[in-house]
Amino acid sequence: MALEFSAEREREFQEVVARYPDRQAALIPVLYLADREFGFLSPEAMEYVARRLDLPLTRVVNTASFYTMLRKRQTGRFHIQVCVNVACHLRGADGLLRHLERRLGISPGEITPDGLFSLEGVQCLAACGNAPALQVNYEYHEGMTEEAVDRLIDRLRAEAAPKGGEATRE
Amino acid sequence: MSDGGKTPSRGHLLRCGPGEAILDLRLHETMGGFQALRKALAMDPPRVVEEVRKAGIRGRGGAGFPAGVKWGFLPKDDGRPRYLVINADEGEPCTFKDRYFIEQDPFPLLEGILISAWAIQAHRVYIYVRGEFQKGIRTLEKAIADLRRAGYLGRTVAGRPFALDVFVHPGAGAYICGEESALLESLEGKAGRPRNKPPFPASVGLWGCPTIINNVETMACVRLALLHGAEAFLAMGRPGDGGPKVYGLSGQVKRPGLYEGPMGVTLRTLIMDWGGGTLGDRPIKGIIPGGTSTPVLGPEHLDVPMDFDSMKAAGSMLGTAAATVFTDDTCPVGVLLRIARFYAHESCGQCTPCRDGTGWLERIVEAIEHGEGRPGDCERLLSAARMITGNTICALGDAAAFPVISFVNRFRQDFEDHIAAHRCPFGAV
Repeated sequence: MALEFSAEREREFQEVVARYPDRQAALIPVLYLADREFGFLSPEAMEYVARRLDLPLTRVVNTASFYTMLRKRQTGRFHIQVCVNVACHLRGADGLLRHLERRLGISPGEITPDGLFSLEGVQCLAACGNAPALQVNYEYHEGMTEEAVDRLIDRLRAEAAPKGGEATRE
Repeated sequence: MSDGGKTPSRGHLLRCGPGEAILDLRLHETMGGFQALRKALAMDPPRVVEEVRKAGIRGRGGAGFPAGVKWGFLPKDDGRPRYLVINADEGEPCTFKDRYFIEQDPFPLLEGILISAWAIQAHRVYIYVRGEFQKGIRTLEKAIADLRRAGYLGRTVAGRPFALDVFVHPGAGAYICGEESALLESLEGKAGRPRNKPPFPASVGLWGCPTIINNVETMACVRLALLHGAEAFLAMGRPGDGGPKVYGLSGQVKRPGLYEGPMGVTLRTLIMDWGGGTLGDRPIKGIIPGGTSTPVLGPEHLDVPMDFDSMKAAGSMLGTAAATVFTDDTCPVGVLLRIARFYAHESCGQCTPCRDGTGWLERIVEAIEHGEGRPGDCERLLSAARMITGNTICALGDAAAFPVISFVNRFRQDFEDHIAAHRCPFGAV
């Protein structure tokens, strides 16, 4: 099935392209749109972006492969990124990451079998004054403790549970 | 000029405390907002450049290059469009000041951008924001839309005919894009690999056009310099290094966070007075004074003023003035391992000494920390680091090598103890 932007994404696409005097400059913002629309940047998604911006596919792949935030594979519905750089390391980030591994039963780079969570150790998130820090889908959670992480996971599970039903899995 | 006393000042650069924000344009106006812009718009653009030069604003992205001098490198008008690009790709580990402006107080940053665009006669501005700052990107986009509605952007700026547009451009998770020529490559939609210089961006920058790239805090300083006048701004700092400064404090201290003071407060004031000293009042083992690329210092440096020249004289760099402190119960090899891992991960791979060298540094430090170090590893680290410095297109190679050299020299005994004991004496696994 051919990929296509939804009407809203199409509107964002037109708006983004108008910001630059050069088509390729819109590539990273448009790759973000494709990531959001199609879940991640599959080869088909990159072909679609190349066609929409009238760029050679190799140029799209070359750019997409350079940047870690342009996802080349699926992540969990809640992608948890724990800072493991110096400032967070000095405030217990290693323990926090290990706690999350135990709690979710996955290692960094993996997705829980129910598809809800994925986990990753990442570099400095510029939250050093309130370390240790993590992001869930790029939303900050700072000054974290193991208890706060447990509450966060419980809340995210509840958020994902079908209305009026039990949590999907425990 | 003085140390600024024991109480941090607030209000010039840091208007909000933790958890506070000024996101309403009208509120910014009632706090003296846009007065500096109106002053600037009443002046000829070259006079604004001169004012910024006289204020002694040194680039707050870490390099400390005088902003007014940089602006002076723009060629005479030759018909090519000029661009102003704001480097909001804050990624140097232990640095967290620009995020404050972007998320909590965007209008002084944007007002500084408007003034600077007028000064250098750029009609288009791109703010390159680190991709992880999703909230900050939304905040800036809303603030820019508010500016447009209020008549500060578009065909006129605050009533003065001057076409100006400001756009937010998201980064995508590559530290190297904080290097200004890599940032331009990234803005053009390419992989962020630094360009050879010369030519410098002021003459050949974005799409081959004259481009000025400035840091976020620098923009907030431009606004202050116009608001208070160059002389008053300069007097708030050190000779030739003007203004108030945002200081970061992190690591094993009682009160980490952002503080504002005059340029040149001592490490002691920041760490002991404002930060309340170390956790458990333990002795300080190391101080990384301005982001992980700056050489590590020790407790004997507590009385060094934090300004560009004094930190250099002490054998380190001011960098982003974001001090990270660790105490005597922390393994310095473990700290260096996090740093070495970072630069190995973030090397763009363009220059062999950096691409291969950063990997060697990481693997040797990792081996030492995990009890697999061999006699002679310290020499191997120093020699590999020295083969990187000065041999790469951009400064990432130096940034990776400096901490290795300074950690090995300062904590040599700790490294040798790891190697001799075949384990980490601090109990790290």
